[in-house]
Amino acid sequence: MDISSSWDWNAGRKEIAQFGNWPTSFDWVEEPYASPDGEKIAAVVKTGEMEFSVCVNGTAWENPFDKVWFLRFAPDGRLTGIVSDTGQWTLAVDGEAWEEKFDYLWDTHFSPNGKSIICAAQNGMRYLLVNNGTPWQTAFANMGHTAVSPDGSRTAAVVQTEGFKEAEIFKFQEGCFSVAVDGQAWGRNFVNAWGLTFSPDNQRVATEVRVNLYDYTIAVDGQPWPTTFPSIWKPSFNPTNGSVVAPAKTPGGWTMVSDGQPLWNGRYAQLWHQMYSPDGNHLAAIVAPKYGHWTMAVDDKPWARTFDDFVTDASFSPDSKRAACIGVTNKRHHICVDGQAWSEGYDMVWAPVFSPDSQHVAAKVEKDGQFTLVMDGKPLKNTYTKVWDPVFSPDSQNVLLRALEGSGSDTIYTRSVLPLNKFLG
Amino acid sequence: MKDAAVENTQIHDEGIEKGAEKLTPEKIQQVYQKMMDAEAGARLKTYVESCVSCGLCSEACHFYLSYDKDPRYSPAGKVKQTMAVLMKKKGRVSVEFMKKASEIASTECNLCKRCAQYCPFGLDIAYVMLFVRRLCHKLGISPQYIQDTAQSHSVTYNQMWVKEDEWIDSLQWQEEEAQEEIEGLRIPVEKEGADIFYSVIGPEPKFRAQLIYQAAVIFNAAGLNWTMPATPGWDNSDMAMYTGDNEIMARIKRMHFETAMRLKVKRIVMGECGHAFRSIYDMGNRALGWRMPPVEVTHSIEFFYELIKSGKIKIAKKYEPTVTIHDPCNVIRGRGLHDMLRYVVHAICENVEEMHPNREHNFCCSAGGGVINCGPPWKMKRVNGNKVKAQQLFDAKSRGAETCVAPCHNCHGGLEDIIHHNEIGMDLKFLGDIIYEVMEKPESVL
Repeated sequence: MDISSSWDWNAGRKEIAQFGNWPTSFDWVEEPYASPDGEKIAAVVKTGEMEFSVCVNGTAWENPFDKVWFLRFAPDGRLTGIVSDTGQWTLAVDGEAWEEKFDYLWDTHFSPNGKSIICAAQNGMRYLLVNNGTPWQTAFANMGHTAVSPDGSRTAAVVQTEGFKEAEIFKFQEGCFSVAVDGQAWGRNFVNAWGLTFSPDNQRVATEVRVNLYDYTIAVDGQPWPTTFPSIWKPSFNPTNGSVVAPAKTPGGWTMVSDGQPLWNGRYAQLWHQMYSPDGNHLAAIVAPKYGHWTMAVDDKPWARTFDDFVTDASFSPDSKRAACIGVTNKRHHICVDGQAWSEGYDMVWAPVFSPDSQHVAAKVEKDGQFTLVMDGKPLKNTYTKVWDPVFSPDSQNVLLRALEGSGSDTIYTRSVLPLNKFLG
Repeated sequence: MKDAAVENTQIHDEGIEKGAEKLTPEKIQQVYQKMMDAEAGARLKTYVESCVSCGLCSEACHFYLSYDKDPRYSPAGKVKQTMAVLMKKKGRVSVEFMKKASEIASTECNLCKRCAQYCPFGLDIAYVMLFVRRLCHKLGISPQYIQDTAQSHSVTYNQMWVKEDEWIDSLQWQEEEAQEEIEGLRIPVEKEGADIFYSVIGPEPKFRAQLIYQAAVIFNAAGLNWTMPATPGWDNSDMAMYTGDNEIMARIKRMHFETAMRLKVKRIVMGECGHAFRSIYDMGNRALGWRMPPVEVTHSIEFFYELIKSGKIKIAKKYEPTVTIHDPCNVIRGRGLHDMLRYVVHAICENVEEMHPNREHNFCCSAGGGVINCGPPWKMKRVNGNKVKAQQLFDAKSRGAETCVAPCHNCHGGLEDIIHHNEIGMDLKFLGDIIYEVMEKPESVL
């Protein structure tokens, strides 16, 4: 069941907190974060000399810390912050710190259902991942590129498995890095490994690797493809047949390969951020059909509409039939849906969001320092000091607006459920 | 007296020597041909074959001038000793030849493009030297220390093997230090939607953390909405660009720009670094298919110009010792920021004594183009290869200059060595050092 189905979707505006007043209670108030359901607003606050906490809807967490940073809500609404106490670091969830403490902790990740919260940690200059407070049994000399399985039960990272001294370049070139899944390193090393991805069934892991200084390929569960390329980007699992696809550089340009063999006919100046549609039947990516021209390609068919600066935040609709992205030309950010760019350009646009029925697209936008939501090219009447990404109701009939209204000490955080006709035609 | 050029041929570099042990003439010829087929075109052929040996480039090169006008160090001479021979012999050269080619391309040319400016045909010898470096990369004979730096980039996305936690810890440490001076001062980390992503190079958290502190004071005093990432992608530098490992160059630039996109910033303001600007503004972005930087990039010179001119930061009392100005090649010849640099220096300093030639005609620091990153084996060759700059500094000193302002990290490294070795006795400062010292600072930003 969708997490949002239990939220309050009754139309109307609700004042949640007088955010503008918080500086009268605390010396220091950092930028706020809104919960996914809009019912809470939170910020890191200073409560005393070298004492920090988190204020939620006007009330600070009971236990202060020496430091709090990277405040983020999990998809299920729990509030997390990285905290330190007497020189030790851990994660606090809704004010309660994990029992396990570390010399350092950072890089919070959430599984899509919000059930798993994963962080990177360091103890005694050894590195490991921590899943819901439980650390890996094995730690490594270095670590990066954290990945979380779709169900949140498994974690993986690129790890250093062999030591080398400063400027010991030839030892490095023998391969000192591998991938650890749940703390167990693959039995094979590579010169480099980078972006990791889990299979939809949580069982397999694929990564982009460099097998020597010049040859790049994909390794799946430690086994590299026999084919190599001059360069490669992060792979994806095909959800329907388990094959692995990745953008690879070939003499004719970038193209999509599957299990090491060409999948697409098109050759691009650039190709990355590929994604399968939810039904697994379509494969899309951000592409540059020509040097300096950017768009999306769905199933190897680039949209005619291109952008000069860049394209980002591409996504498929829930029904797999539509796609959207942000395209930027001359610093103007446009939302582009199914190859058609909305006419209005903005100073900044956040990732477009499809409604559950796939009929509508909405996004947070910024213009001249003011923020609002736009749906299907139509903006709300009002602008705000700050808004968060829109959320559609499960029946696609309403949009949740989370906003800071007003300015200075009069700033109020509100939660509004808006029928779709609130967007101006 | 020993011939310095002869001494230079006896330098041992583990990266070149050990790498060459695996080479054969056949392998060289094969790799050369593959590269010529795949990556060389009319541009390379034109640059190499159009040279009429007029010698105008020679007088432009600090190596040539500093090594008693030895023609081996002239830009055209460097091409004739490397790419011209390779092309004439179609890659059929010896291992010893390639070792020397690696040395010439990586340690005797700063890719500063001063020679291209004086060439009547505009032949870009830096491009040719970079091509030779890429060939050396493909052959596995890049100098050891710069290769190590490129390998650091490949793992950590920064040039100094700074681990992810060390980076964040450095920011938090600098924030705490700065709060002792200015109450409530923040280094906002991972603040999505900030206007500015402030990006720095690897040595800042490692050796020059005070620069991050000073930048934080400047950003806060100017009341700007800024952030720094807590993830790889914070480092804008790029030594892979200078080893010819273009694939790693592209990879780290992608991370840098996608970090800016993820943070939803409107522009990247980068610290005082020249080569990083070249990578972000020209080579790295274009290797990925971006005609220009996808997210606007502002170099510190331009940024400080903007802050001072708009009155966002105010100068309390100008810096009193007389200063001279070193023009970093990548942002002056490469971007034309020389007038803005002078506006800033004159706004913050009482007295300025120019070095000559200057602006786009400046002489390189001899550290740029990755030469300083070739490490200790090549240090004295580099320092002796820039007696011209030493003389410029001496001249400026004789006219009263006590401090040299150099808004570039590699220039700092190079000039520091030149000043020390030649006992010039001059302070060296970044713009940020002086601005921090002379600006009006709030006691609290709460």
